[in-house]
Amino acid sequence: MAEKVDARGLSCPQPVILTRKALQEASGDDSVTVLVDTMTQVHNCTRAAAKLGWQATYEEKNDVFELKLRK
Amino acid sequence: MKQARDFFASRAGIIVVGLAIGCLAATLQKWGNPPNMGICVACFTRDIAGALGMQSQLQYLRPEIPAFCLGSFLAALAFREFRPRTGSAPIIRFLLGMFAMIGALVFLGCPWRAILRLAGGDWNAILGLLGLVVGITAGVQFLKAGFNLGRSYPARTVAGLAMPFVMLVLLALTITYPHFGEEGKAALFRGAKVPFAPPWISIVVGLVIGFLAQRTRFCTVGGLRDVILMRDFHLVSGVASFFVAAFALNLIYGQFHPGFTLGTSEAGKILQQPAAHTVHWLNFGGMVLAGLSFTLAGGCPGRQVFLSGEGDGDAGVFVLGMLTGAAVAHNFSMVATQPTAPSIVILGLIVVGLIGFLGREKLAPAR
Repeated sequence: MAEKVDARGLSCPQPVILTRKALQEASGDDSVTVLVDTMTQVHNCTRAAAKLGWQATYEEKNDVFELKLRK
Repeated sequence: MKQARDFFASRAGIIVVGLAIGCLAATLQKWGNPPNMGICVACFTRDIAGALGMQSQLQYLRPEIPAFCLGSFLAALAFREFRPRTGSAPIIRFLLGMFAMIGALVFLGCPWRAILRLAGGDWNAILGLLGLVVGITAGVQFLKAGFNLGRSYPARTVAGLAMPFVMLVLLALTITYPHFGEEGKAALFRGAKVPFAPPWISIVVGLVIGFLAQRTRFCTVGGLRDVILMRDFHLVSGVASFFVAAFALNLIYGQFHPGFTLGTSEAGKILQQPAAHTVHWLNFGGMVLAGLSFTLAGGCPGRQVFLSGEGDGDAGVFVLGMLTGAAVAHNFSMVATQPTAPSIVILGLIVVGLIGFLGREKLAPAR
């Protein structure tokens, strides 16, 4: 199952809280997608994911960053 | 560009920037800013409120604050991070800004100054920092229970430019200090006994700090919050290095004077630490209120100024709330140990606690 977190427009630390929650509920085979709209949140979510052992890649489309998180 | 971006996002980056800000803060004191107040976002915003005539006790248009915003603005432009956005509960953010400021002024300093006071040997700061930790911990509980202020949405460019523009006007006024009318009245008020570093130095230092802080997301409240929330030590390592640098330079400059007070004068009068008082529960309680308010709003006062520079209109509203809170605090005797301080701390905790409690709404989907 591919989980999707929409954290656009949220203040610190909401995007990180939502990302962590999704990762903790996901199993190792899943991929989790996180949408954010600032580079700050890209870094914050990437760092939080790395602490839980997940790798992040991102791409930017129309001022929205789409993070792909994989174990 | 990518290398610079990666460095600033790294652990080494935030530590280096924390060290730089600590050095600059201690040095600004040496150059004329008030003792243990090299940079205090709360105190300086309060002084700006005075310069604009919103209160009459401490009046000087501190150029550091507008320079913070503009430094952040320039960094955001240079790294293509300027993103106009707004719409996340602005009135609530205004109120949080007011109460954060009122709480900080009971302690006599924002989280930045709490650290600078400790680095200068003012042990009253320990009570303030303990209060800050308790306030942030309470805020984290609300966050864990689902508190959020709703989403912001992309806004027009002009909306994002508004705060940098206002700050540019303030900076222009600081530099020119225009006089008008027959009596040569100034357009700004300036108190007689307000010490300050040479404005040009303050402006350059402010721009540099604004630039560096925008790049690294330096945030005192965020640092403590991330440790409490998820044992993440990234931001707090910047806060720690900020303290270490200020402490080391205070020792070198002879600015370190340990104690709850500075002893007694020959006439037997107790000499207080600079801009400080020794009523422990008010030092503690004021910062509980400030810490909770900053946490619910998503960052410390410095961070709110930096965010306002990169286009975040909601952070801008928070800053305007702080400006108003400073005026209210000074006009209605709520500062330090003044008569209204105890009741406003309790009232503030009730109001901000209610905001935290009532804000646990389910998040709406993005537009």
